[in-house]
Amino acid sequence: MSARAGARRPGRLVTGGLAQALLAANTLLVLLPMVFMVLSSLKTTREIFQRPFAFPAVFRWDNYAEVWGAAHFAVYFRNSLIVTLASMALILASGTLAAYALGRYQFRGNDLIFLFFLSGIMVPIRLAVIPLFVLMRDLRLLETFWSLILVYAASGLPSAIFILTGFFRALPQDLDNAARLDGAGEFGILLRVLLPLVRPALAIVTVYNIIPIWNDFFFPLVFIHQDAVKTLPLGLTVFFGQYQTNWALLFAGLTLAAAPILGLYVAMSRQFIKGLTAGAVKG
Amino acid sequence: MPRARADAPLPPVTWASPAAEVRRARHRLSRRTVRGLWIAAFLAPAVILFTGIVAYPVVAAMAYSAYRWDGIVRVGGAGLDNFRRLLTQYPYSERMVTALWHNVWTFALTMVVQNGLGLLFAGLLAGRTWGARVYRAIFFMPVVLSLVIVGFLWQLFLNPVWGAVNAVLVASGLGAFARPWLGDTQTALVTLILVNAWRWVGFPTIVFLAGIQGIPDDYLEAARLDGAGPAAIFRRITFPLLAPQVNIIVILTFIGAFNWFELPYIMQGVTGEPFHATDVLGLLFYRAAFGGVDTGNPDVGIGSAIAVVMFILILATSGLGALYLRRREVEV
Repeated sequence: MSARAGARRPGRLVTGGLAQALLAANTLLVLLPMVFMVLSSLKTTREIFQRPFAFPAVFRWDNYAEVWGAAHFAVYFRNSLIVTLASMALILASGTLAAYALGRYQFRGNDLIFLFFLSGIMVPIRLAVIPLFVLMRDLRLLETFWSLILVYAASGLPSAIFILTGFFRALPQDLDNAARLDGAGEFGILLRVLLPLVRPALAIVTVYNIIPIWNDFFFPLVFIHQDAVKTLPLGLTVFFGQYQTNWALLFAGLTLAAAPILGLYVAMSRQFIKGLTAGAVKG
Repeated sequence: MPRARADAPLPPVTWASPAAEVRRARHRLSRRTVRGLWIAAFLAPAVILFTGIVAYPVVAAMAYSAYRWDGIVRVGGAGLDNFRRLLTQYPYSERMVTALWHNVWTFALTMVVQNGLGLLFAGLLAGRTWGARVYRAIFFMPVVLSLVIVGFLWQLFLNPVWGAVNAVLVASGLGAFARPWLGDTQTALVTLILVNAWRWVGFPTIVFLAGIQGIPDDYLEAARLDGAGPAAIFRRITFPLLAPQVNIIVILTFIGAFNWFELPYIMQGVTGEPFHATDVLGLLFYRAAFGGVDTGNPDVGIGSAIAVVMFILILATSGLGALYLRRREVEV
């Protein structure tokens, strides 16, 4: 027994070393493109072409100032922020209310309504873009934030309701009963008693939805053509069309566009990983 | 009648007068009505939003395929004519077959490369691997990046003249392999799939890792005591117990592959250059609906027919996958 354990040890060292080598290789594969992007954003275009892997001779922070001034980055950022926050607020508010009704009350049709929402989880909403386009046109919402906010909020609801209803159902019924005896109303129970207890679920719902919404490119592409209303991913395509040959500015623009989300990720990677894989992990 | 709750208090035994009984009943009734109104109010915003912006448009999208269209105006019924045109009429049939084939190929290669690597990384990160937490966080990082950013970034790297990829190949003595990756019909789609895998590989890694970590140590310990090596343990224990995770990843990869749009659009344009070598159903659908397939005129009928085909493919697969998943979970 001990002889076998001893014989295994060098083998384990080798496999351990191989594992580290593979993991380190993929780390480089992930990080180097991003490092290269940031370094290139601080060079001149000529430098990028002539010495692609060298450190910038002089850090040209001007590139950023130029991008910020020339392209409408500030506008795109603001638009993305408005659309993302408004969609998230709608998902959380309407999703919580519905999940509270479905998770805490027994009434006829409860299961049916829950299934109705659930049916939306696997449906690729983009395939309904033609009717949505017609609908938004008829509501005169094309070229407005509302066209995007409504689509993001509605398509985020199924997963939100699914996650939140599960959390509401797991809370003990005594909480409601006690609050009711204390004279709390139906809405008061939700607001003061239950809501603080489902905060972790709200966090998961937020991360799960906020990244795809912030990154979405498809619906702005269809609904929005005026520059003043464009969100960041769509704005980036405008910028790339304008500065095709000025690679220093292109890299600066990419870095600028990636910075907020990467910064957030570095600060709270655990929550991001947990939130974005919700549904696939432990599903 | 609401179903009785297990924890509802027993009704008190009373000998109250009939009048008091009636009063109480009326009071209860009104309380029930109020409660019903509250429930309706709680549900209303979500039901309205979901019905109006998801359920109705999805049903309408199906229905649109049964009409003839002039621009975005319905001009009459079409029966199955849009499907007939899609499957038999040039250029639609040609483009459809090419695109569908590219989606299938994308799914297959993504399964092998991206999810194979994900499984490998998960295996390497399980247990007491040094630095596992940091690796995990780094591998997942590109998943949060917008595909527009990823697409443009790699488009610059893959530029045939000035791109970093060919520069690396030349610098490491592999200059013979340098080529216009995105401009060559032979390599464009594979390159695109690899860029996509670069962005996504952290996702299956995390999912598989969570699955592996959920396997009780006893199972592995017992196998080890029986003399099973790491390969045998993986084949006989770890992988079979990962069935739920494998299923979810297969379903999500399938949906992703058949919904593929952003990366091809950003890197190869709306027609899937070069010469439709990277054309996929998502691009074809978008062109038919908002641009035109080999013409300048959108064809909403064809676009809707493509949408129906994609719907059926995706729903059938995820439905079958979910069923299969449940069966296998029961067996395990």
